[in-house]
Amino acid sequence: MSAHDIHAGHGDHHEEHDDLHVTSGDYIKGFILAVILTVIPFWLVMADVIQNRTTVVMVLGLFAVVQVVVHMVYFLHMNGKIQGGWTMMSTIFAIVFVIITLAGTLWVMFHMNANMMPAHKDIPALSQPAAPVAAPVAPAAQEAVAPEAVQEQAAPAAPAEHSGHAK
Amino acid sequence: MSNTSIQAGQREYHPAHEPHPENGTSLGFWLYLMSDCLIFAALFATWGVLGRSYAGGPTGAELFSLELVAINTAFLLLSSLTFGLAMLQKQKKNVNGTLGWLAVTGLLGLAFVGVEVYEFMHIYHTGATIQTSAFLSSFFTLVGTHGLHVSFGLIWLVVLMVQIKQKGLIHANVRRLNCLSMFWHFLDVVWIGVFTFVYLMGVL
Repeated sequence: MSAHDIHAGHGDHHEEHDDLHVTSGDYIKGFILAVILTVIPFWLVMADVIQNRTTVVMVLGLFAVVQVVVHMVYFLHMNGKIQGGWTMMSTIFAIVFVIITLAGTLWVMFHMNANMMPAHKDIPALSQPAAPVAAPVAPAAQEAVAPEAVQEQAAPAAPAEHSGHAK
Repeated sequence: MSNTSIQAGQREYHPAHEPHPENGTSLGFWLYLMSDCLIFAALFATWGVLGRSYAGGPTGAELFSLELVAINTAFLLLSSLTFGLAMLQKQKKNVNGTLGWLAVTGLLGLAFVGVEVYEFMHIYHTGATIQTSAFLSSFFTLVGTHGLHVSFGLIWLVVLMVQIKQKGLIHANVRRLNCLSMFWHFLDVVWIGVFTFVYLMGVL
């Protein structure tokens, strides 16, 4: 971190420096764009325009990202120059961190589901001894819950913290 | 630094010449907002993982009213615009104009919080509480955290209006107003994520 960049120019500091000059045009343009970018997603979902769920999710995500950029530029007045670029730098860091958090969490958690011990009916060796006990559970248990419930029965020594997690 | 040590005896300050970084407060406040961003990232990630674990309870499609969310979105978006208009009045050094638009912003923010509280009460009265399912736990935590931010923003707004009323648009108040402006617009940015990923995708 170069202290020089930040300290530079403190000699000619005066009050107006704290003030970023904004124009009404910025706010009006930003507002109109934001309204358009808000109304379309609401209309897409409320009027049930697109039937394919994956497509809707992708389109909604895209609108959200564009609207965030619009708000950043027109309402928060982001650009690469303010604060000698440190604002932009910290924002990029935060965005990278947010992406890692979101993508990493979803990736790990959903893969954990996929990599859980398979349901007992998929393992011939397990299904025989466990069958009488597990039978009533199987129909009631739903997708994500099933592997975990089975795991508990397969390994009775498993720590108790799993039990609270099942529902 | 050398200036101040020379005059250390008389305890004199020179705010205009202190070795502060230019606009240090704005950058510092921006860094706070970015850290706040990480809180919301964690909550959004939680929602992403748990948002469809209904545990046999009600789903988003059954609980959410998109009309209500649309109204709330409009309130928050309008309040962003009116805050911008307050900033323009501040730029013109017009105290009453600034206070007027801040008041409108405050009312819109209050309407937003009011509708959200109404929505939460409504969902609660259908028997869907924060303990019902992982879906509802993550929903109330994420949306509630955003609502709390707006509520605290409102408190800040009122306090700042009193300060501006008393002292006018002095340098310190302008700095505070700039920070609150960032805070307010930031909350609107987070709300984009909330209405898109929680409500619109939640009812699909």
